[in-house]
Parts: sequence; structure tokens; C-alpha cells
Amino acid sequence: MLPVVILKDDDVIMIELAEIHRDFLVGDQVVHALDDVTLTIESGEYVSIMGPSGSGKSTLLNLLGLLDRPTSGVYRLNGKDVTSLSDIEQAQVRNREIGFVFQMFHLVPRLTAAENVELPLILAGMPPEQRKPKVANVLDDLGLTDRSHHKPEQLSGGQRQRVAIARATVTEPNVILADEPTGNLDHKSGTDVIRILEQLNERGITLIMVTHDPEMGQRAWRQLRMIDGCMHSDHSNDDQINPDHGAS
Amino acid sequence: MRTRDFLNLTGTSLIEHRMRSFLTALGIAVGIAAVVLLTSIGEGVHQFVLSEFTQFGTTLVSINPGKTTTSGANVGGFGTERPLTIEDSEALKRLPYARAVVPFVQGNAEVEAGNRHRRTTIYGAGPEWPEAYSMRVKSGRFLPEDDPLAPRALAVLGSKLRQELFGDRSPLGQRITIGGSRYRVIGVLESKGTVLGFDLDDTVYIPAARALSLFNKDTLFKIDVLYDEETPVDKVVDGIKSVLEARHGRDDVTITTQQQMLDVLGSVLDVLTFAVGAIGGISLLVGAIGIVTIMTIAINERTNEIGLLRALGAKQSQVLSLFLGEAIVLAAVGGLSGLVLGIGIAQLLHLVLPALPVHTPMLYVVLAEAIAVVIGLLAGVLPARRAALLDPVEALRSE
Repeated sequence: MLPVVILKDDDVIMIELAEIHRDFLVGDQVVHALDDVTLTIESGEYVSIMGPSGSGKSTLLNLLGLLDRPTSGVYRLNGKDVTSLSDIEQAQVRNREIGFVFQMFHLVPRLTAAENVELPLILAGMPPEQRKPKVANVLDDLGLTDRSHHKPEQLSGGQRQRVAIARATVTEPNVILADEPTGNLDHKSGTDVIRILEQLNERGITLIMVTHDPEMGQRAWRQLRMIDGCMHSDHSNDDQINPDHGAS
Repeated sequence: MRTRDFLNLTGTSLIEHRMRSFLTALGIAVGIAAVVLLTSIGEGVHQFVLSEFTQFGTTLVSINPGKTTTSGANVGGFGTERPLTIEDSEALKRLPYARAVVPFVQGNAEVEAGNRHRRTTIYGAGPEWPEAYSMRVKSGRFLPEDDPLAPRALAVLGSKLRQELFGDRSPLGQRITIGGSRYRVIGVLESKGTVLGFDLDDTVYIPAARALSLFNKDTLFKIDVLYDEETPVDKVVDGIKSVLEARHGRDDVTITTQQQMLDVLGSVLDVLTFAVGAIGGISLLVGAIGIVTIMTIAINERTNEIGLLRALGAKQSQVLSLFLGEAIVLAAVGGLSGLVLGIGIAQLLHLVLPALPVHTPMLYVVLAEAIAVVIGLLAGVLPARRAALLDPVEALRSE
């Protein structure tokens, strides 16, 4: 009999970046937003990406979210090379496997909270009788049930970001990419939002968060620091859980 | 994406900007209304004119003296064509397929009955006139089969002239004077109304030979030949030609078939309808520009939303169809209101001016709405394509 290898969730490699370069042409000058980034992130990790503005952390997040393509290098998501996917296939991966949380919330102002949460399921073509309970569930989870028929303008900043998190999680993605999720919130709402994201992480969703706020960043198990497009340091709070993630 | 969700998303964004959507749709509505209204009038006139013509049937051929079509060198032949005579008309009666042959002369003369006078139109015609022009005799009878060259002095009145000259008294057997000669009234025709400006009721019919001498003419105005429906028109025309050529020595008449007249008239009227429709089309073009403008503005305003949709997993084609959908809905709703508006105004016009013939063909209605949708599609393509091709990262970053 073949030996059966049982992998713990934590040991499954989810994201694999190999020698990623991303160049932008600004005027007639080439800017290396990402300069030879190699990185591995396992399923269920809680990673913060920090660094000064212009260090490439947002570019890295966009790339991880398939909103951008690398100039060169390979990106494997769950073992599958996603750099060469077509636009349609990338859209499907974004829809099914990735949840985005933005600094500016990006709620559609004319839709109610529930309709905003419903949006990714609508785009996926899910029938209403399947998606309504899902939407009700996530809204309930985030304590937004009584706000579900409010428009974004009737909600506070913290509530808006919670709606955005509900929208990111309603498709049950494997990973949440958060770009400065607390950047537009006061300290209390910001802490609330971080706690919610951390709770999601505890349930097994991989959480990758870009922040410039050291206090927020240090809450993550694993902290990446970027400078000038390069991975400057890769530090884990608990080396026993993440022993050998080498930054190049 | 499901159709209902698609319509819902499209609808909410149009309702979000009610005023702007309304004004944009109004642009298309005015255009469609103009097209519908103008083509309705054009088509109404078309049908009106054609029905005026075809009420006499379509198996009628008119022969006029003189050749109006140019054919080769005219060797000293100017103005020398032979007159069209009653003998010609009699000769044509021998054609087997001629159901009715009517010599015709027209003029104006003073008609007197007792102490009443009226200057009116005199039709010199043959006894087969009612058959050729589908007219009915109301009382008495029409001109009888007499010696065509020396007919008796009998007259038949149009209904209006009868009313004018005799009032409620019966005119049958009464004596009237036409241009100084005395005639006996033997019949009255049923009212036929006005046909293309000619009042067929305000007339008196007398034998053609007598009308020729009354107006001192040697040629008939025309000879009308009503032929059997089974006979091809070309055969009729050839037959008439050969009879008259044998009598005149050459082809010196113009033969016009009713079908030719209808064809020419129909094509002229089609051009008319098309031309007025095209004028309406210009306002439709302006409406289309309105849609392009509004969609361009909408996409600039909603760049963020486009970026978000892409991040949530919208394909380029979904973004494209969402914005295209908005343009099409705007145009289609505008088009529908335009149809209602156009048909409404056309009917109103018909109520206010009953004389103006108005007819809105269903085909034009469907066509106009289809055009509106196509305009929405065309006007939406460029802005929607721009939206679909936006870089999602850039779009999310825009303020």
C-alpha cells in the first residue's frame, strides 16, 4: 500500500511567487515596482505587508489579486499557474477564490448593503434563491442584518467596511486581500474591522493585508517589509508555525 | 449573469440619474416621434392618392392624341398628327378584349334650366362611360347607344348639378340648354365626390360627337379603353396601336396604362415618404449623440465602480454588456415613448384636420423601434468598450 500523506491545512502552499518583476513605464523611464520577488504563502496564514509608499506593496497585492500581471515571473495559486490565464479565466478566479477589501470601501452607492454584498454572486450568475440565504448569513455574521436595506451613504465608515468584508466573504474565498482596510477609519472602528478580519483568518481564510500602520501590521503572524520593490524582511511572530519562509 | 439581474443593475443606474436618463431618452423619443409622424403623413397621402386612382379599376388604358415620347428623327412631323376621332373610337370597339371604349371631350359651358343658369364642366362621353369609370345611374338612364356620329341631344346630370338646377323636382324629361343648344335630361348619376380636385358631380354628360361640335374641336381629348382582366396589358396596348396605326398611317398617339400611372405615382410617393422620414431621421441622429455623451459621462463618473466590478470577478464582456445595456434601454424606452407620441400626434392631427390623410403602418412602427434599439447599440458601443478595456487597478485608484 502506498503511504497516505495527510497534510494539515497549514502546510498547503497556497501562493507561490517566483522571480516576479513588474515594471512600469513612467515617461521614458522604467520603474521597477516589483524587483525579483519570490514568496510562498501557505493556506491559512495571516500576513501583513508593510513598507513606505512606493515600495511596491500595493502592486504586490494587485498582482496577488490578479488585477495586474507581472512583467516576468511565475505566480501559482493553489498549485496552478495563473499568470498565463485569459481575462475570462482570471475573472473567474477573482470571483471564486479571492476576496478584496479596499481602503475606500468601494461600495456601489445606489445599491443597498445587501445588494452590494450580493454583487459577486450576481456576477457569477447564481440564482436568487441560492444567493439570498448566503447574503443574509454573512450580514448576520457581521451584525449588519438591521442595516441590510440601507444605502452606503446611510452607514458609518466602520459599517461600510463591514459591508465590504461581507461582500468579500460571501463567495467563501480562500484568501482575503485587504489594502489598508483601516486607512479611512477612526481607531475604534479600525480595530473592530481588524478583529473581524482576524476572526475570518481563525476560521481558516488566508489573510493578506497591506498597511502602513505598524500597530496593525504587527498583529499579523508573519510580517513582510518591502522597500523599493524588493522583499526587505520576512519576520514571523511564531517561528514554530512558520519555520522556513525565506524572502529572496 | 442572469437576465433579470442584468436588467435590475441597468435599471437602478438609470433610475439613479432620473433627470439625465429622461432627457437622453427624450432626445430619442423626439426623433422617433418625428419619423413616425412624418412617415404616417407621407404614407397617408400615398394611400389616399392611390385609392383615388384605383377606384376606377386598374384595367383602363388611355389614348391621347400626339406622341409625347421621343423616338428618332421627327421629319417635318411637328404638329401634324392626325386627330383622334369618334371613328377611331368605333374602330377600337372591334377589339375582342375591349369591354368598354369611351371617347372623351371636356369643356366648360353655360347650362340653363328654366330660369336657373350655371357655368359648369361638360363631359362629352360615350354610352359606356359608367362601366369604364364604375359610376352608377341613380335615376333614369345613361346616354344610349345612338349613331355615334349623329347622336340625339340627350343629357345626363351629375348629382350636384341636378340639385343646383332642379332642386327637389325631378329633372327626368326636362329640357335644358347647353351652350345654346337644347337637350333633354334622361338620367342622373349617383354622387361620386371629388377626385383629385375634379368635382365629378358638378357636371353634365352629353354625347361626344355633340361636345366636339359644341366646343368646335376636331379631336377627342382621349379615348379610354376598359379591357378584360384576363388579357395581358401588353397585348391590349399592341392591339390598340395596330388599329390606330392602320387608320392614321403611323403611330401618332400616346397610350398610358393605369398600371403605368400607378407605378410612377407609387414610386414618386415612396420617395416622398422616404424623404420626410429621413428628415425625422436627422433628429434621431441628434438623439444618438445625446446617448454617446451621457454614456461617456457616466463611465467617467463610475470608473471606480468599473474597477470594483472587475475585482469582484466581472469579465470584460460583462462590463461591456452592462454599459451597452444602459444605452440600449435608454434608446428603447425613448423609442417606445416616441412611438406613442408620434402615433398620438398623428391621430390628433387627423381629428383636428380630417382632410389630412394619416396612416401609420405597423411595419414602420416596428422598424422605428428597431432603429431606436440599433441606435442605442451603436451609440453605446464606443463608451462601453472603453469601460470594458479600463485597467482595473487604474480604475480602482481613480477618484
